[in-house]
Amino acid sequence: MNNLQTKAPEACEAPNSQKESENIFGQLKYLLLGAIFGVIFIKAEIVSWYRIQEMFLLDSFHMYGIIGSAVITGMISVFIIKKFNIKTVYGEKVVLKDKVYNNGQIYGGLIFGLGWAITGACPGPLYSQIGAGYWAIFITVLSAIAGVWLYGKFRDKLPS
Amino acid sequence: MFEFLTKPWPWYVAGPLIGLMVPALLLLGNKSLGISSSLRHVCAMCVPGNIKFFNYDWKKEAWNLFYVVGIGLGAYLAATYLANPEPIQLGDKTLARLTEFGLSAPTSLQPMELFGLDQVLSLKGLIFMVVGGFLVGFGTRYAGGCTSGHTIMGLSNLQWPSLVATISFMIGGLVMTHLLLPQIFKLF
Repeated sequence: MNNLQTKAPEACEAPNSQKESENIFGQLKYLLLGAIFGVIFIKAEIVSWYRIQEMFLLDSFHMYGIIGSAVITGMISVFIIKKFNIKTVYGEKVVLKDKVYNNGQIYGGLIFGLGWAITGACPGPLYSQIGAGYWAIFITVLSAIAGVWLYGKFRDKLPS
Repeated sequence: MFEFLTKPWPWYVAGPLIGLMVPALLLLGNKSLGISSSLRHVCAMCVPGNIKFFNYDWKKEAWNLFYVVGIGLGAYLAATYLANPEPIQLGDKTLARLTEFGLSAPTSLQPMELFGLDQVLSLKGLIFMVVGGFLVGFGTRYAGGCTSGHTIMGLSNLQWPSLVATISFMIGGLVMTHLLLPQIFKLF
Protein backbone atom coordinates (compact mmCIF):
# COMPACT_ATOMS: atom_id res chain seq x y z
CA MET A 1 0.00 0.00 0.00
CA ASN A 2 2.77 2.34 1.00
CA ASN A 3 4.56 1.46 -2.16
CA LEU A 4 1.47 2.19 -4.19
CA GLN A 5 1.19 5.61 -2.61
CA THR A 6 4.73 6.57 -3.46
CA LYS A 7 4.16 5.35 -6.99
CA ALA A 8 1.04 7.35 -7.65
CA PRO A 9 0.89 10.17 -5.15
CA GLU A 10 -0.41 12.75 -7.57
CA ALA A 11 -3.48 12.52 -9.70
CA CYS A 12 -3.36 14.37 -12.98
CA GLU A 13 -5.69 17.33 -13.30
CA ALA A 14 -7.70 15.60 -15.97
CA PRO A 15 -6.92 11.90 -15.54
CA ASN A 16 -7.94 9.30 -18.05
CA SER A 17 -11.17 7.94 -16.58
CA GLN A 18 -11.64 5.08 -18.98
CA LYS A 19 -11.48 1.59 -17.48
CA GLU A 20 -11.05 -0.16 -20.82
CA SER A 21 -7.41 0.06 -21.89
CA GLU A 22 -6.53 1.08 -25.42
CA ASN A 23 -3.84 -0.26 -27.72
CA ILE A 24 -1.97 1.78 -30.28
CA PHE A 25 -4.85 1.52 -32.75
CA GLY A 26 -7.28 2.74 -30.13
CA GLN A 27 -4.99 5.71 -29.55
CA LEU A 28 -5.17 6.68 -33.20
CA LYS A 29 -8.64 8.14 -32.70
CA TYR A 30 -7.09 10.76 -30.41
CA LEU A 31 -4.52 11.50 -33.08
CA LEU A 32 -7.38 12.07 -35.50
CA LEU A 33 -9.35 14.26 -33.10
CA GLY A 34 -6.19 16.24 -32.42
CA ALA A 35 -5.67 16.66 -36.16
CA ILE A 36 -9.15 18.16 -36.48
CA PHE A 37 -8.28 20.56 -33.66
CA GLY A 38 -5.03 21.43 -35.42
CA VAL A 39 -6.86 22.23 -38.66
CA ILE A 40 -9.26 24.51 -36.75
CA PHE A 41 -6.37 26.27 -34.99
CA ILE A 42 -4.86 27.15 -38.36
CA LYS A 43 -8.02 27.89 -40.30
CA ALA A 44 -9.53 30.18 -37.67
CA GLU A 45 -6.08 31.79 -37.26
CA ILE A 46 -6.08 31.00 -33.53
CA VAL A 47 -2.37 30.12 -33.88
CA SER A 48 -1.52 33.65 -34.86
CA TRP A 49 0.37 35.94 -32.49
CA TYR A 50 -1.35 38.82 -34.28
CA ARG A 51 -4.81 37.49 -33.40
CA ILE A 52 -3.93 37.15 -29.72
CA GLN A 53 -2.62 40.72 -29.70
CA GLU A 54 -5.86 41.80 -31.34
CA MET A 55 -7.86 39.91 -28.72
CA PHE A 56 -6.08 41.53 -25.78
CA LEU A 57 -6.34 44.93 -27.46
CA LEU A 58 -10.12 44.31 -27.60
CA ASP A 59 -9.80 45.14 -31.29
CA SER A 60 -11.86 42.26 -32.70
CA PHE A 61 -14.69 39.99 -31.67
CA HIS A 62 -13.13 36.98 -33.46
CA MET A 63 -11.36 35.25 -30.54
CA TYR A 64 -14.11 36.08 -28.06
CA GLY A 65 -16.66 34.65 -30.46
CA ILE A 66 -14.62 31.45 -30.81
CA ILE A 67 -14.06 30.94 -27.09
CA GLY A 68 -17.62 31.95 -26.20
CA SER A 69 -19.34 29.73 -28.74
CA ALA A 70 -16.98 26.84 -27.89
CA VAL A 71 -17.90 27.12 -24.21
CA ILE A 72 -21.63 27.30 -24.96
CA THR A 73 -21.41 24.26 -27.26
CA GLY A 74 -19.45 22.40 -24.60
CA MET A 75 -21.93 23.35 -21.87
CA ILE A 76 -24.91 22.14 -23.90
CA SER A 77 -23.05 18.89 -24.71
CA VAL A 78 -22.15 18.20 -21.08
CA PHE A 79 -25.70 19.03 -20.02
CA ILE A 80 -27.13 16.56 -22.54
CA ILE A 81 -24.64 13.84 -21.57
CA LYS A 82 -25.55 14.25 -17.89
CA LYS A 83 -29.28 14.63 -18.43
CA PHE A 84 -29.65 11.51 -20.57
CA ASN A 85 -26.82 9.65 -18.88
CA ILE A 86 -25.21 8.95 -22.24
CA LYS A 87 -22.55 6.23 -22.05
CA THR A 88 -19.18 6.14 -23.81
CA VAL A 89 -18.65 3.93 -26.84
CA TYR A 90 -17.29 1.28 -24.44
CA GLY A 91 -20.52 1.49 -22.43
CA GLU A 92 -18.90 3.25 -19.48
CA LYS A 93 -20.46 6.04 -17.46
CA VAL A 94 -18.96 9.40 -18.40
CA VAL A 95 -16.76 10.69 -15.58
CA LEU A 96 -16.68 14.45 -15.00
CA LYS A 97 -14.28 15.44 -12.25
CA ASP A 98 -14.85 18.61 -10.28
CA LYS A 99 -11.99 21.11 -10.34
CA VAL A 100 -10.76 21.79 -6.82
CA TYR A 101 -10.08 25.43 -6.04
CA ASN A 102 -6.71 26.64 -4.85
CA ASN A 103 -5.01 30.01 -5.11
CA GLY A 104 -2.68 28.53 -7.72
CA GLN A 105 -5.48 29.07 -10.18
CA ILE A 106 -5.03 32.80 -9.66
CA TYR A 107 -1.22 32.92 -9.40
CA GLY A 108 -0.65 30.40 -12.15
CA GLY A 109 -3.45 31.89 -14.22
CA LEU A 110 -1.84 35.33 -14.12
CA ILE A 111 1.58 33.87 -15.01
CA PHE A 112 0.13 31.91 -17.92
CA GLY A 113 -1.77 35.02 -19.07
CA LEU A 114 1.50 36.97 -19.25
CA GLY A 115 3.06 34.18 -21.29
CA TRP A 116 0.01 33.85 -23.53
CA ALA A 117 0.30 37.48 -24.61
CA ILE A 118 4.08 37.22 -25.21
CA THR A 119 4.10 33.98 -27.18
CA GLY A 120 0.72 34.68 -28.76
CA ALA A 121 -0.20 31.10 -28.05
CA CYS A 122 -1.62 28.81 -25.44
CA PRO A 123 -0.33 25.22 -25.46
CA GLY A 124 -2.55 23.90 -28.29
CA PRO A 125 -1.57 26.63 -30.72
CA LEU A 126 2.11 26.12 -29.81
CA TYR A 127 1.91 22.57 -31.19
CA SER A 128 0.05 23.94 -34.22
CA GLN A 129 2.71 26.53 -34.89
CA ILE A 130 5.37 23.83 -35.03
CA GLY A 131 3.16 21.74 -37.30
CA ALA A 132 2.68 24.74 -39.57
CA GLY A 133 6.45 24.98 -39.97
CA TYR A 134 7.37 27.70 -37.46
CA TRP A 135 10.28 25.61 -36.29
CA ALA A 136 11.68 28.10 -33.79
CA ILE A 137 8.61 27.42 -31.63
CA PHE A 138 10.34 24.16 -30.62
CA ILE A 139 12.33 26.41 -28.31
CA THR A 140 9.12 27.82 -26.83
CA VAL A 141 7.78 24.32 -26.18
CA LEU A 142 11.08 23.14 -24.68
CA SER A 143 11.03 26.16 -22.41
CA ALA A 144 7.41 25.44 -21.47
CA ILE A 145 8.42 21.88 -20.56
CA ALA A 146 11.24 23.32 -18.44
CA GLY A 147 8.67 25.58 -16.77
CA VAL A 148 6.45 22.61 -15.94
CA TRP A 149 9.45 20.70 -14.59
CA LEU A 150 10.54 23.54 -12.32
CA TYR A 151 6.96 23.96 -11.14
CA GLY A 152 6.90 20.24 -10.29
CA LYS A 153 10.21 20.51 -8.47
CA PHE A 154 9.26 23.51 -6.34
CA ARG A 155 5.50 23.17 -6.04
CA ASP A 156 5.65 22.35 -2.32
CA LYS A 157 7.34 25.69 -1.69
CA LEU A 158 4.91 27.74 -3.78
CA PRO A 159 1.89 29.43 -2.22
CA SER A 160 -1.39 27.85 -3.20
CA MET B 1 -16.56 24.44 -51.23
CA PHE B 2 -12.80 24.49 -51.59
CA GLU B 3 -12.85 28.26 -51.43
CA PHE B 4 -14.68 28.05 -48.12
CA LEU B 5 -11.95 25.73 -46.84
CA THR B 6 -9.05 27.96 -47.84
CA LYS B 7 -10.59 31.19 -46.58
CA PRO B 8 -10.18 31.87 -42.85
CA TRP B 9 -13.00 30.22 -40.93
CA PRO B 10 -15.32 32.59 -39.08
CA TRP B 11 -15.71 32.33 -35.31
CA TYR B 12 -19.18 30.79 -35.54
CA VAL B 13 -17.75 27.83 -37.44
CA ALA B 14 -14.55 27.35 -35.43
CA GLY B 15 -16.02 27.93 -31.96
CA PRO B 16 -18.79 25.29 -32.06
CA LEU B 17 -16.39 22.79 -33.68
CA ILE B 18 -13.95 23.30 -30.81
CA GLY B 19 -16.81 22.96 -28.33
CA LEU B 20 -17.67 19.59 -29.87
CA MET B 21 -14.22 18.33 -28.84
CA VAL B 22 -15.64 18.09 -25.31
CA PRO B 23 -18.37 15.50 -26.01
CA ALA B 24 -16.21 13.77 -28.65
CA LEU B 25 -13.46 13.02 -26.12
CA LEU B 26 -15.90 12.15 -23.35
CA LEU B 27 -17.92 9.74 -25.44
CA LEU B 28 -15.09 8.16 -27.43
CA GLY B 29 -12.84 7.51 -24.47
CA ASN B 30 -14.04 9.05 -21.20
CA LYS B 31 -11.36 11.72 -21.53
CA SER B 32 -11.56 15.33 -20.40
CA LEU B 33 -10.29 17.89 -22.89
CA GLY B 34 -6.93 19.31 -21.86
CA ILE B 35 -3.71 20.12 -23.65
CA SER B 36 -1.22 21.59 -21.19
CA SER B 37 -1.07 18.26 -19.30
CA SER B 38 0.87 16.89 -22.28
CA LEU B 39 3.85 18.98 -21.14
CA ARG B 40 3.69 17.30 -17.74
CA HIS B 41 3.52 13.87 -19.37
CA VAL B 42 6.69 14.68 -21.32
CA CYS B 43 8.41 15.49 -18.01
CA ALA B 44 7.08 12.28 -16.46
CA MET B 45 8.25 10.28 -19.47
CA CYS B 46 11.69 11.84 -20.01
CA VAL B 47 12.93 13.59 -16.86
CA PRO B 48 10.86 12.49 -13.84
CA GLY B 49 13.88 12.76 -11.53
CA ASN B 50 12.78 11.92 -8.05
CA ILE B 51 9.97 14.42 -8.19
CA LYS B 52 6.65 13.33 -6.76
CA PHE B 53 4.73 15.45 -9.26
CA PHE B 54 6.11 13.41 -12.15
CA ASN B 55 5.83 9.98 -10.61
CA TYR B 56 2.58 8.72 -12.03
CA ASP B 57 1.60 6.30 -14.72
CA TRP B 58 2.02 8.56 -17.76
CA LYS B 59 1.33 5.63 -20.06
CA LYS B 60 -2.27 5.73 -18.91
CA GLU B 61 -2.36 9.32 -20.18
CA ALA B 62 -0.65 8.49 -23.47
CA TRP B 63 -3.82 9.46 -25.36
CA ASN B 64 -2.97 13.07 -24.57
CA LEU B 65 0.37 12.76 -26.35
CA PHE B 66 -1.32 11.24 -29.40
CA TYR B 67 -3.77 14.12 -29.24
CA VAL B 68 -1.10 16.85 -29.31
CA VAL B 69 0.89 15.09 -32.03
CA GLY B 70 -2.39 15.05 -33.95
CA ILE B 71 -2.73 18.79 -33.40
CA GLY B 72 0.67 19.33 -34.99
CA LEU B 73 -0.21 17.01 -37.87
CA GLY B 74 -3.55 18.71 -38.53
CA ALA B 75 -1.86 22.09 -38.44
CA TYR B 76 0.70 20.84 -40.98
CA LEU B 77 -2.06 19.61 -43.31
CA ALA B 78 -4.08 22.82 -43.00
CA ALA B 79 -1.05 25.05 -43.47
CA THR B 80 0.11 23.02 -46.46
CA TYR B 81 -3.10 22.24 -48.32
CA LEU B 82 -5.70 24.71 -47.04
CA ALA B 83 -3.55 27.79 -46.61
CA ASN B 84 -5.22 31.15 -47.02
CA PRO B 85 -3.47 32.94 -49.91
CA GLU B 86 -4.46 36.39 -48.56
CA PRO B 87 -2.61 38.09 -45.70
CA ILE B 88 -4.31 37.98 -42.30
CA GLN B 89 -6.94 40.73 -41.78
CA LEU B 90 -6.44 42.62 -38.53
CA GLY B 91 -8.20 45.43 -36.71
CA ASP B 92 -6.94 49.01 -37.06
CA LYS B 93 -5.77 49.29 -33.48
CA THR B 94 -3.71 46.13 -33.89
CA LEU B 95 -2.14 47.38 -37.13
CA ALA B 96 -1.27 50.70 -35.47
CA ARG B 97 0.30 48.71 -32.63
CA LEU B 98 2.52 46.80 -35.05
CA THR B 99 3.81 50.05 -36.53
CA GLU B 100 4.40 51.47 -33.05
CA PHE B 101 6.42 48.35 -32.19
CA GLY B 102 8.41 48.62 -35.41
CA LEU B 103 6.99 45.39 -36.84
CA SER B 104 6.14 45.13 -40.52
CA ALA B 105 2.64 44.46 -41.87
CA PRO B 106 1.65 40.80 -41.59
CA THR B 107 2.50 38.50 -44.48
CA SER B 108 1.88 35.20 -42.68
CA LEU B 109 0.25 34.02 -39.46
CA GLN B 110 3.31 34.88 -37.37
CA PRO B 111 5.68 37.86 -37.27
CA MET B 112 8.95 36.29 -38.35
CA GLU B 113 10.79 39.28 -36.87
CA LEU B 114 9.92 37.72 -33.51
CA PHE B 115 9.56 34.00 -34.18
CA GLY B 116 11.89 33.28 -37.09
CA LEU B 117 14.70 30.74 -36.74
CA ASP B 118 17.18 33.60 -37.01
CA GLN B 119 15.75 35.05 -33.80
CA VAL B 120 16.42 31.99 -31.67
CA LEU B 121 19.71 33.31 -30.30
CA SER B 122 18.68 36.96 -30.11
CA LEU B 123 17.22 39.02 -27.27
CA LYS B 124 13.85 38.84 -29.04
CA GLY B 125 14.08 35.06 -29.09
CA LEU B 126 15.03 35.01 -25.43
CA ILE B 127 11.97 37.05 -24.48
CA PHE B 128 9.34 35.84 -26.95
CA MET B 129 10.29 32.17 -27.01
CA VAL B 130 12.31 31.25 -23.93
CA VAL B 131 10.72 33.52 -21.32
CA GLY B 132 7.27 33.37 -22.92
CA GLY B 133 7.33 29.59 -23.18
CA PHE B 134 8.53 29.27 -19.60
CA LEU B 135 5.62 31.41 -18.34
CA VAL B 136 3.15 29.34 -20.37
CA GLY B 137 4.46 26.03 -19.00
CA PHE B 138 4.94 27.12 -15.40
CA GLY B 139 1.71 29.10 -15.29
CA THR B 140 -0.57 26.49 -16.83
CA ARG B 141 0.64 23.79 -14.46
CA TYR B 142 0.42 26.09 -11.45
CA ALA B 143 -3.13 26.96 -12.51
CA GLY B 144 -3.91 23.30 -13.19
CA GLY B 145 -4.87 23.81 -16.81
CA CYS B 146 -4.90 26.10 -19.81
CA THR B 147 -7.48 27.58 -22.13
CA SER B 148 -8.61 24.07 -23.08
CA GLY B 149 -8.72 22.38 -19.69
CA HIS B 150 -10.07 25.31 -17.72
CA THR B 151 -11.79 27.69 -20.12
CA ILE B 152 -13.43 25.19 -22.44
CA MET B 153 -13.66 21.96 -20.45
CA GLY B 154 -13.99 23.49 -16.98
CA LEU B 155 -16.57 26.09 -17.94
CA SER B 156 -18.51 23.51 -19.99
CA ASN B 157 -18.82 21.54 -16.76
CA LEU B 158 -19.76 24.69 -14.79
CA GLN B 159 -16.66 24.61 -12.60
CA TRP B 160 -16.19 27.92 -10.83
CA PRO B 161 -12.45 27.40 -10.17
CA SER B 162 -12.08 27.31 -13.96
CA LEU B 163 -13.83 30.66 -14.17
CA VAL B 164 -11.35 32.07 -11.64
CA ALA B 165 -8.51 30.64 -13.73
CA THR B 166 -9.96 32.04 -16.98
CA ILE B 167 -10.36 35.53 -15.52
CA SER B 168 -6.76 35.31 -14.28
CA PHE B 169 -5.54 34.28 -17.77
CA MET B 170 -7.28 37.33 -19.22
CA ILE B 171 -5.91 39.73 -16.58
CA GLY B 172 -2.37 38.42 -17.14
CA GLY B 173 -2.76 38.83 -20.90
CA LEU B 174 -4.18 42.34 -20.63
CA VAL B 175 -1.35 43.42 -18.30
CA MET B 176 1.27 42.04 -20.67
CA THR B 177 -0.32 43.50 -23.79
CA HIS B 178 -1.14 46.96 -22.46
CA LEU B 179 1.56 47.62 -19.85
CA LEU B 180 4.57 45.37 -20.39
CA LEU B 181 4.88 44.76 -24.15
CA PRO B 182 5.23 48.50 -24.95
CA GLN B 183 8.19 48.57 -22.52
CA ILE B 184 9.65 45.32 -23.87
CA PHE B 185 9.59 46.60 -27.45
CA LYS B 186 11.65 49.62 -26.39
CA LEU B 187 14.55 47.20 -25.84
CA PHE B 188 14.91 46.45 -29.55
